[in-house]
Amino acid sequence: MNLTDQINAAWNWLTASAHWSGSDGIPHRLLEHLGYSALALVIAAVIALPLGALVGHTGRGGFLVVSFANLARAVPTLGLLLLVVTVTSIGLTPVIIPLIALAMPPILVNTYEGIRGVDADIKDAAEGMGMKGPGVLLKAEIPVAMPLILLGLRTAAIQVVATATIAAYAGIGGLGRYIVDGLSRKDYPSVVGGSVLVVLLAVIVQVAFIGLRRALVSPGLRGSSRTS
Amino acid sequence: MSVLAADGEPLIRWNWIGDHSDELTTLTLHHLKLALLPILFGLIVAIPLGIMCVRWRWLYPPTLGVANVFYGIPSLALFMLFIPYFGIGSGGQADFTIILPLTLFSLSVLVPNVVDGLRSVPEPVRQAATAMGFGTLRRLVQVELPIAVPVIIAGARVAAVASISLVSVGVLIGNGGLGQLFIDGYSRDFTTPIIVSCVLIIVLALFSDGVLVTAQRLLTPWARTRRSNG
Amino acid sequence: MIRFDGVTKRYPDGTVAVDDLTLEIPSGQITVFVGPSGCGKTTSLRMINRMIEPTAGTISIDGEDIRKKDASDLRRGIGYVIQHAGLFPHRTIIDNIATVPYLLGWDKKKARATALELMERVGLDTKMAKRYPFQLSGGQQQRVGVARALAADPPVMLMDEPFSAVDPIVRNSLQDEFLRLQSEVRKTIAFVTHDIDEAVKLGHRIAVFQVGGVLAQHATPDELLTNPAEGFVTEFLGGEKGLKRLRFNRELDATEEPAQPEIEDDVEAAER
Ligand SMILES: Nc1ncnc2c1ncn2[C@@H]1O[C@H](COP(=O)(O)OP(=O)(O)OP(=O)(O)O)[C@@H](O)[C@H]1O
Ligand SMILES: [Mg+2]
Repeated sequence: MNLTDQINAAWNWLTASAHWSGSDGIPHRLLEHLGYSALALVIAAVIALPLGALVGHTGRGGFLVVSFANLARAVPTLGLLLLVVTVTSIGLTPVIIPLIALAMPPILVNTYEGIRGVDADIKDAAEGMGMKGPGVLLKAEIPVAMPLILLGLRTAAIQVVATATIAAYAGIGGLGRYIVDGLSRKDYPSVVGGSVLVVLLAVIVQVAFIGLRRALVSPGLRGSSRTS
Repeated sequence: MSVLAADGEPLIRWNWIGDHSDELTTLTLHHLKLALLPILFGLIVAIPLGIMCVRWRWLYPPTLGVANVFYGIPSLALFMLFIPYFGIGSGGQADFTIILPLTLFSLSVLVPNVVDGLRSVPEPVRQAATAMGFGTLRRLVQVELPIAVPVIIAGARVAAVASISLVSVGVLIGNGGLGQLFIDGYSRDFTTPIIVSCVLIIVLALFSDGVLVTAQRLLTPWARTRRSNG
Repeated sequence: MIRFDGVTKRYPDGTVAVDDLTLEIPSGQITVFVGPSGCGKTTSLRMINRMIEPTAGTISIDGEDIRKKDASDLRRGIGYVIQHAGLFPHRTIIDNIATVPYLLGWDKKKARATALELMERVGLDTKMAKRYPFQLSGGQQQRVGVARALAADPPVMLMDEPFSAVDPIVRNSLQDEFLRLQSEVRKTIAFVTHDIDEAVKLGHRIAVFQVGGVLAQHATPDELLTNPAEGFVTEFLGGEKGLKRLRFNRELDATEEPAQPEIEDDVEAAER
């Protein structure tokens, strides 16, 4: 089977009306997938954003944060999932825990680095004008670090969306079903079609973050500093 | 010490490790090969590609777009794409079913870093080099690339750690290095192999990370001296 | 009036940055701290708004110990200008200038109106109000820095090498406009520089610091030029040759720019 055949087969799979309805239909699986991804991302952000901001602001514990993030990055997601499944049982927990572990490091490190990297002159001026600690953080440091903070969130979001395919192994659906089931049935169009859907989702995430950037990053920062 | 899982089985049985040391060694070495060759190939491709993207600016946005797509494809799906060409299984040609997709993945991290690294060269430095009579190639090799090394290595670190973790996903198509033990343990409801292989993977990742940090120190002695002076 | 009373600052690593400083900064005048790099000028200045806390001694403003006030409240009443302006890159020029008024809870309209008025006063085209700092030249950014410090009309201003990051021509015009502005607003200003020409040009009084944080001489520019203390101060002023040049420049300035002697006369008249 060559590349054109693969593409054709995937196209046929994606456009077959049978795949667009029911509990194994694309819309349902897509919503499941988005649900797990969003839940994991929100939990990770709720933990990592304040932590990274605090450590960056106070300058204390930076080494710990970076080391922890490096360690968390090294944890194999599939291994953690199967471990949690084996110890507990099939369900939401074994999916969410590895995804949170996956999402935390980029959010944590980028927030920390972003805030720590704010020009000393800017912090100095903020304090010198009589802003208090939280004021300096909210009115000066976070807005200036926003491009990096968003970059961390975006990286986390894309990794989570791509990796949430493993939800299938915990028996709770998501787009991974098409990939995993396709694999065991040797139904390659289903595998490729499922993958295409995940990639599309990743692209949508990218686009969403371009919008967020427009909304949250001051034009004053766009001209001078660039982030990829 | 015995930490118990729900059904009274210990989370980890230490004697299993000794009984399987040969298997563990083989799997670890194979895992390293599958994970690190992609980084090597990735660097070989990313450096010239990054240089071209800096040279010809229009090349970068499309390259970045493609890189981002590879970053977003689930690794499992990426592996699948290569099965028709290199087959399934462990060892020999089939290893490329894992190595090539991971190379593509590493490129998605490495290329932007090479470009950012080269762009981080301060304009005055570039101009001074030109003014002193460096040609384009010499300036690239002797001035720009060395200054870009820390950013490039930072990318290689991220890519290497991710790659070491991702190899294990390959087990789902029958070739995942230490990931093999995930499935062994999962199918027998036996946690020891899962924990042991997770720990080994983490150790491998931290070890590779350490090697890359050391490499950076050796390659950029000036950064070190500056830090100790300041 | 700002008063240093036996103020010493020793950093945790043992460096004595300021050593037993006693000094008065008279109201409505510019007092310049000058001296070689590392002599403790910045440290002295930043102790006034409590960005740095002294190890010993007291600092008071108009007779009140600055430690009696909450540090942030104190700072909102003291304008602060630094070398690279430290503008907020994410805020427009007008919002940068209005920072302290916002902090003080002024209503937005009033804060912005004040900011616009200040832009004119420091010589900035009000068309730039909606721009961001990166769209301004270094000299323009520095003007914004000065306007921002003036926004809440604080009686006291601290300026740390505000004009040193721009080229000599721009610096000169910034200095001239600064003097003109000061003749209108009459702030109590502590001004740090390591440039003796700038010190002589701007200062009503000059405090010459020596490395180790010791005050070597405190005098008016004319006294300093006619009667420099032996040794360090004379050397810092460039010896006989340097002194000659400085005196000559001062006479030139006096004929060109009558603004400054007038201020001095006024203040003296007011004191009498
Ligand atoms: N946070 C600090 N910790 C330790 N030593 C410091 C610290 N800040 C300043 N110093 C030291 O205190 C001394 C005075 O520093 P200060 O910044 O006040 O000098 P300065 O006169 O403003 O110099 P410059 O003209 O270079 O700005 C210097 O020797 C400096 O190294
Ligand atoms: Mg200083």
